[in-house]
Amino acid sequence: MMMRIAFALILFALPVRAEIDIKEVTSAGGLRAWLVESHELPFTALEIRFEGGTSVDAPGARGAVNLMTALLEEGAGDLDAQGFARARDDLAAKFSFQAGVDSVAVSARFLTENRDASVDLLRLALVAPRFDADAVERVRGQVLSGLAADAKDPARIAGDTFDRLAFGDHPYGSAGDGTPDSVAALTRDQLLTAHRAALARDRVYISAAGDITPAELGALIDRLLADLPATGAPLPERAEWQVAAGVTVIDFPTPQSAVLFGHAGIKRDDPDFFAAYILNEILGGGRFGSRLMSELREKRGLTYGVGSYLAPMDHAELLSGQFATANASAGQAIQIVRDEWRRAATEGVTAEELAATKTYLTGSYPLRFDGNGPIASILVGLQAEGLPIDYPVTRNAKIEAVTLDDVKRVAARLLRPEALHFVVVGQPDGIAQGG
Amino acid sequence: MLRRLAFAAVAGMTFPLLAFADTVTDFRLANGMEVVVIEDHRAPVVTHMVWYRVGAADEPPGHSGIAHFLEHLMFKGTDEMAAGEFSAVVEAQGGDGNAFTSWDYTAYFQRVAADRLDLMMKMEADRMRDLQMTEDDVLTERQVVLEERSQRTDSDPGALFSEQRQAALYLNHPYGTPIIGWRHEIEQLDRADAFSFYRTYYAPNNAILVVAGDVTPDQVRRLAETHYGGLEPTPNLPERLRPQEPPQLAERRIAFADPRVAQPYVARSYLAPARDSGAQEKAAALTLLAELLGGSPTTSVLARALQFGESPKAVWTQAWYDGGALDYGSLGLAVVPIPGVDLQAAEDAMDAALARFLKDGPDPEDFARIKTQLRAQDIYARDSVDGLARRYGAALTTGLTVQDVDQWPELLQAVTSEQVMAVAQEVFDRRRAVTGWLMQQEGQSQ
Repeated sequence: MMMRIAFALILFALPVRAEIDIKEVTSAGGLRAWLVESHELPFTALEIRFEGGTSVDAPGARGAVNLMTALLEEGAGDLDAQGFARARDDLAAKFSFQAGVDSVAVSARFLTENRDASVDLLRLALVAPRFDADAVERVRGQVLSGLAADAKDPARIAGDTFDRLAFGDHPYGSAGDGTPDSVAALTRDQLLTAHRAALARDRVYISAAGDITPAELGALIDRLLADLPATGAPLPERAEWQVAAGVTVIDFPTPQSAVLFGHAGIKRDDPDFFAAYILNEILGGGRFGSRLMSELREKRGLTYGVGSYLAPMDHAELLSGQFATANASAGQAIQIVRDEWRRAATEGVTAEELAATKTYLTGSYPLRFDGNGPIASILVGLQAEGLPIDYPVTRNAKIEAVTLDDVKRVAARLLRPEALHFVVVGQPDGIAQGG
Repeated sequence: MLRRLAFAAVAGMTFPLLAFADTVTDFRLANGMEVVVIEDHRAPVVTHMVWYRVGAADEPPGHSGIAHFLEHLMFKGTDEMAAGEFSAVVEAQGGDGNAFTSWDYTAYFQRVAADRLDLMMKMEADRMRDLQMTEDDVLTERQVVLEERSQRTDSDPGALFSEQRQAALYLNHPYGTPIIGWRHEIEQLDRADAFSFYRTYYAPNNAILVVAGDVTPDQVRRLAETHYGGLEPTPNLPERLRPQEPPQLAERRIAFADPRVAQPYVARSYLAPARDSGAQEKAAALTLLAELLGGSPTTSVLARALQFGESPKAVWTQAWYDGGALDYGSLGLAVVPIPGVDLQAAEDAMDAALARFLKDGPDPEDFARIKTQLRAQDIYARDSVDGLARRYGAALTTGLTVQDVDQWPELLQAVTSEQVMAVAQEVFDRRRAVTGWLMQQEGQSQ
C-alpha cells in the first residue's frame, strides 16, 4: 500500500514540453512548408499531402486516384518500373505513395549525400509518371487482388457496409480502392485525369524534419512541385449523414462477429472539440481503463480489444468504434456499448477520470515527437487540419482548460445512444436486425 | 539515358557505416541481470524494457500458450498494486506501455518522459517477483486470450494456414507450436500453470533491461541497482535445451482449404540456420539471399521472373529470411498467382526461377544495390530509438551478444556472392521444407 501513496503524490507531475522548434519556410515559388531542423542524422524525412485524395475520383472512375497513386513509382520520365526502382534503391531513398479518403500522401526519406538526385527522382514520379500499359495491368491486378481479399475480411466488410449506409452516394460512402468492376474498367485516360485532378499545387501541404536548412528546403520543394498543375479538381460537397439507428447484420461464416458502430461526430474546429476528445478517451480510448475496455474486456472477457474514435474528416464527422467478439456474446456486448453510451450521455464523467485522462493526454503528447519521421508526419497532419504552427506548444493548455461541465455538456450533445447504428459481420446470437 | 548513368555512378556510396558502439553501453548487475543502455538525447523521452529469456518454445508440453497467457496476467496486480493499476499509473504519467511474447522471449515496455524512468523501474521490478492474481482474474483473462486467438488467428484463413505450415516445418522442436497456443490447450490453462512458469523464469538472472533514449549509463546503473539490484535470482535456472530437429528426410506438402480464402497462394518455408553468436556469416548470407530473391516487388529475382514479361504468372511474390531465433531460422518464399494461373503452375514458375538463380548466381548490380540499401537502413533505423531497443532485446534473448549486434552491419557488407550461393545450395533442399497451398475449396487449385 506504500506504493500506491507514492504514486498518488506524483500522479500529477508536470508533463515535459514538446521541445521542437518549427520554422515556416516559404519558397521563392510561393510554396509553404513547416520544418524541424535536426542535423544529428544524415537524412531528411519529407511529407507531402495533396488534399482531396480518392474523393476527387471523376464520375464513373471509382478507384482511379487509388490506382494512379499506386502507379507513381511504376515508371516515370525515361525510366520504366524496374529502372525507377533500381534508381531509387541505388540512392537508398525510400518513397511511399498512399491514397486516402481526403488526401494523397507522399512520404520520402533520403540521405543527405543523395538529396538532389533523390528529389529529382521523386519529382519524376510526381510530375511525369508514365502509366505504361504493362505496369497498369500489373498494378491493376494487385488492386483487384486486394479487393477480393477485402470482400472476405469481416472487419473490412463491416467498415465498407457502415460507410455505404452512412454516406450513400458521396465518395465517403464507398471504398476509395473502387469495386472489381470499376477498377477493371479504368482506362489510361482516366488515370491521367486522376493525376491532374489529385496532384496540384493549390492543395498541397508540406513538412520536413532532419538534416536540411530552410533555404535548402525552399529550393527543394520548388524543384519538386513547380511543374505540377496550379489547380486540381473541385473537392466534393459535404457528406450528409444518412443512416438511422439500428443494427445491420451481414451473415458471414466465422466464429467471431466483427462489430462496427457509430453516429455523427464533431468538427475539428468546434469550440467543444477538446472536451469531446477527452470524453471519447474516457469512454472508448483504445487503452486499458477506458470504460468500454473495462466493461467488455477486463470485467467480462468478451473481446481482445475495443476502441472508439472521433474522425473529423474534411466533409463529415464521425464518432465510431469497433470490436470483435464470439458470435454467442455479440448481443450482450452491443447492449453494453449502448448502456455505456447512455450512462456517459446522461451522467458525464467523474472528476477522477477527467484528471487522469488529462494527465495521460498532456504527458504523452510530447513523446510523439521522437524522430524525424514521426515529426514530419505530425507536422503535415496539423497543416491539413488547418491548425496553427504553434499548435504543438499550445495544445496541452487546451486540454488542461477543459472542465467537468464542458465534458458533461458535450456528452449530452454528442453521445446519442438512440442514434447508434451497429454493423455486425458474422453469425451473431441475440440480435434483432433492423433500424 | 544520362540520368541512368548518373544514378549508376552513385552506387559505390561514400557514406560510412555508423558504428553503434559509441551510443550503446552494457553491463551486468550482481544478481545476474543484464543491462543495455542506448543513448539518444534528441527528445526527452525514454523507452524502458525488460526482456525475459523465456517464450513459447520453453513451455511444458501440453500447456501451449502459457508464456503468452502469463504476459497478460502480468498486468493483474502484485502485493503492492491492484489489478489494472500498472497500466493506470503508466498512463497517469503520460506514458504508453504494453508487452509481447515470441517463441524465445517475453518483453514488457513503457515509453515515458525521461524523468519518469525511476517509477517505471520500481513497478517493473515489483512485478518481476511479487505477482498476485485472483482465480476470477485468471478465468476472465483466459476468455480474453481465447477472443484474441479468435480475432487474430481463427478469423483469418491466412493466419491459420501460416500456423499449419509452421507446425509442419518442425518435426520435433517446439517452434512448431503457435505462440498464442492451441485452442484446446489454452482452454485448460490455469492459475497454477501460470505461477509455476512465472516463479521459474521471471527472475533477474533470466532478464535483460534495455533502456533507450535521453539517459546516461550512469543514471541507468544507479536506478537499476536501486530497483532491480535487490531482487533474488532463481537458483538452478533451467538451461534452454529444447528438443532439437532430427534429420529431416521427407518433403512436406500441405493443402489448406477455407471458404473465406479470397486469394489462393503457394508458400514454402525451408529450415535454415539462425544467427549464431560469433558465427553470423551464414545468417548474413541468407539475409542477402532473401533480399535478392524477393526483397523488392519490382526488381527481385522472383518479381522479375513471375510478375513481368509477356505472360506474367504472379500478382505478388516475396522471399524472407527469419534468423532471429535461438535454435532455427527459416527462409520463406511465396507466390500469389494471377487469376487463371493455378497453384501448380505458380509453384513450377517459382521453382524454375529458383533453379535459374542457382545456376546463374546473383546479378552483380543487384548485389551492390542491396548492400547499399542495407547500409542506409542503419541510418534510417537510428531515427527510432524504440526500434533499436527492440533490436538489442531480441538479440540478447536469442543467444546473441551486444558485440554480435554491433558487428552485424559489417558482416552484411562483407558477404560475397559465393557465400550467398553456398548457403542457397545448402538451404534449398525440399526434404527440409514445407510447401503449402492455400485455397478456397478442397481440390481446387485456382
